[in-house]
Amino acid sequence: MPTISINGERLFVEAQTLEALLQDQGFSGSVATAVNENFVPQTLRASHQLNEGDRVEILAPMQGG
Amino acid sequence: MRRFYGEMLPNGLMLGTAQYPSPAVMASAFRESGAAVATVSLRRENAQGSGQVFWDLIRALDVRLLPNTAGCHSAKEAITTAHMARELFSTDWIKLEVIGHADTLQPDPVALIEAARVLSQDGFKVFPYCTEDLVVAERLIEAGCEVLMPWGAPIGSALGLNNPFGLRSIRNHFPEIAMVVDAGIGLPSHAAAAIEMGFDAVLLNSAVAKAGDPVSMARAMACAVEAGRLAFDSEPLPARDMAAPSTPVLGQAFLS
Repeated sequence: MPTISINGERLFVEAQTLEALLQDQGFSGSVATAVNENFVPQTLRASHQLNEGDRVEILAPMQGG
Repeated sequence: MRRFYGEMLPNGLMLGTAQYPSPAVMASAFRESGAAVATVSLRRENAQGSGQVFWDLIRALDVRLLPNTAGCHSAKEAITTAHMARELFSTDWIKLEVIGHADTLQPDPVALIEAARVLSQDGFKVFPYCTEDLVVAERLIEAGCEVLMPWGAPIGSALGLNNPFGLRSIRNHFPEIAMVVDAGIGLPSHAAAAIEMGFDAVLLNSAVAKAGDPVSMARAMACAVEAGRLAFDSEPLPARDMAAPSTPVLGQAFLS
């Protein structure tokens, strides 16, 4: 069971892939993802294996200027 | 008005979506101004899914989206953010911001050019937030940029067009390039002045969102952009140092 960081918060997770992680954590809407500062496209989330210490960023649309 | 990567916009007003008193006020500001483009950003999603609420609101505006890389301080950070934005917003337009100075939020020209080159090669249509520096502008164009976005003044300062000479200079040096004055606009007169100089659009946010009445100010900005466009297309009278009487001298009575 890896310990990873999700948006800066460290968590123990059971998910083995990025897609499973999103489902387990309840991210169901439009989001974009990066792991260890590298973009992971939606099409690769199911095959992207999570490893101990990974830093996952889950971003959503937000106000901007 | 020039095209933006081949696309003709209905007007030259690009409006930000941040800092409004409420989402309803933001939506009214867009409706009242008819802004052609809305700038948006990406931030960490929270457990409440607040990003999805905003996303629904933005889609209902039915305007062209221009995602930004605001807050990025390196080329790599900006490039990764741009990729995430392209997927999230389904657009290859990206307002490329790479901040280089904490107080002025002045762009880092070296990192900006590097990021612009990488992103252009990867199919992005890059709108770089830059200064009026002619050499940087030339490098950005060489990197693949078909649009430039020189600042009027530091972001959020409302100082207007800080360096009119520099802005006229960059505008006139690259006549084929679509240009947007981005940042520093505080008043409709600033927006009109930019368009009168020949800029194709202005991009502003705080001037509208933080006005006492954002909806009225949004309308005022739209009027200013329209007035500036009409004035530029009308070929304004050149300024001169000495007076030139407008009333005919011929026929003047001798009464002294």
